[in-house]
Amino acid sequence: MYGRGDQQIVAVDGLDLEVRSGEFFGLLGPNGAGKSTTIGMLTTTVVPTGGRGLIAGMDVRRHAAAVKRRIGVVSQDNTLDRSLTVWENLYYHGRFFGVPRRRARQRADELLELFALSERAQSMVFQLSGGLAQRLMLARALVHEPEVLFLDEPTSGIDPQTRINLWRILQELHRTGQTILLTTHYMEEADQLCERLVIIDHGKALALGSPAELKENLGADTVITVTVVGDPAILAERAAALPGVRTVEREGQVVRVFAPHPEGVLAKLVEAASAAGLHVRDAASMPPSLETVFLTLTGREYRE
Amino acid sequence: MNDSAATLGALLARDLRVLRRQFGQFVVRTIMQPLLFVFVFAYVFPKIGQGFRGGPSGISFTTILVPGLIAVAINFQGIQAVALPLVQEFSYSKEIEDRVLAPVPVWVVGFEKILAGAIQSLLAAGVVFPIVYLVHARGAAPKVHVHDVALFVPALLFSCLLAAALGLFIGTVIDPRKITLLFAVVVIPLTFLGCVYYPWAKLTPILWLKYAVLLNPLVYMSEGLRASLTPELPHMPVWAFMLALVGGSAALTFVALRTFTRRVIT
Repeated sequence: MYGRGDQQIVAVDGLDLEVRSGEFFGLLGPNGAGKSTTIGMLTTTVVPTGGRGLIAGMDVRRHAAAVKRRIGVVSQDNTLDRSLTVWENLYYHGRFFGVPRRRARQRADELLELFALSERAQSMVFQLSGGLAQRLMLARALVHEPEVLFLDEPTSGIDPQTRINLWRILQELHRTGQTILLTTHYMEEADQLCERLVIIDHGKALALGSPAELKENLGADTVITVTVVGDPAILAERAAALPGVRTVEREGQVVRVFAPHPEGVLAKLVEAASAAGLHVRDAASMPPSLETVFLTLTGREYRE
Repeated sequence: MNDSAATLGALLARDLRVLRRQFGQFVVRTIMQPLLFVFVFAYVFPKIGQGFRGGPSGISFTTILVPGLIAVAINFQGIQAVALPLVQEFSYSKEIEDRVLAPVPVWVVGFEKILAGAIQSLLAAGVVFPIVYLVHARGAAPKVHVHDVALFVPALLFSCLLAAALGLFIGTVIDPRKITLLFAVVVIPLTFLGCVYYPWAKLTPILWLKYAVLLNPLVYMSEGLRASLTPELPHMPVWAFMLALVGGSAALTFVALRTFTRRVIT
């Protein structure tokens, strides 16, 4: 996929990706990075000013209807049909996609069961809480058994419990072979769910790979932070000489140590602080994360 | 093509399901205005001796009103049934974002809205007819009969299509924040200047108005129904209103499908 956003704003700029069949793929980036525009182009609702998108070998611009038949989309906003019941939302969605009546009824029942919504089958959708509405949107996107499932920030603005439930459902779907393309601005979410992901910012791809690869290859280190009472200059000096440490930063009373090989470093730092007569107020170790990767790539803090 | 037809059918089935569920509301919003209108002008006025002189050669005001009020019901329902839900879908409900993912070209989704609106207009005509025909004071009965089915059916159907296409056009160009102006700026002027309460031919004394109202689609709906239901009243030539109804439906459908597509695809 390669494209440019419209008007004066270039939302997506020279992004080139390939998602494999059966893969759980993530688009990770801060708000405004171009994730939704990318999803919009791939799901035919945003027309790119250049470039090409293929879904199952079909061009998203020239064969929009055929592409739409093969995809399921869960958008950021609640787009459920407020005039219909929970069950009818699934049934009519199936009918729109040419699922025969009897099969559509059966799919609606199955999916309500699977997503633990059977009790609410006859409720009107405006009576659903945010978490239930989210689940119903996901169920709806699956009625016509799409080849690719698109999820645009499915967990933004929902509570942690609901988020974890949704993760479980998505992991289960992935196990059954469903190809999933997810956008998120939550690092943790991308790390937990995606087999491969691309980190994007300002419409450009910064890095592509599995979460583990990204963490390993991009020089992300374990970050050990020691806060002391007094001037930590001596500690910083000694820390830099420790084996396994790459760089050291000092900020006020805090020493931040970046360690590719962090084994034993924390203990040695605390020892060194005592030897220098410094009182340690706090010490913490943060394993390499996508956050450190983003920091390394862009040179700035990740803004969620 | 078959796939698209199946999807179009399913979209219509969904709209009819919603209409069935809200049928009470539909009836109330459709009949209130014409019911009160005929009650006051066809029942109260003759009873209290206040009145309009009828049309030419002793034709009662109620006879003038019947085709006019049916046309108003068609026009009002077409605009309301298409434009109002669409404005909601574009603003807070966002339902349109999912609807355009139905596996058909986007214009088909808009076209279905016109068809569903036209069906509701037709139903509105059916609901309103017995009311405007039956509610009147003794002696003030309208003289109405379908004098030419071959004229009445196309005039009726194209009136419904035109109203619904107008609804889609309005729904796609109006700013959702200004929807409250729809009635003041569009629906009410169309109604009062739509040859509902007077035949178009009688406007000759106010010539500028006679020509100005030709911009109003409701004029052709009223005149079309007048020509086929109350042919003894003066009316516009058949070719003129049929050209406007058919040509207008086609042109407005074309334009509205374009504005719809532009609105949903960015």
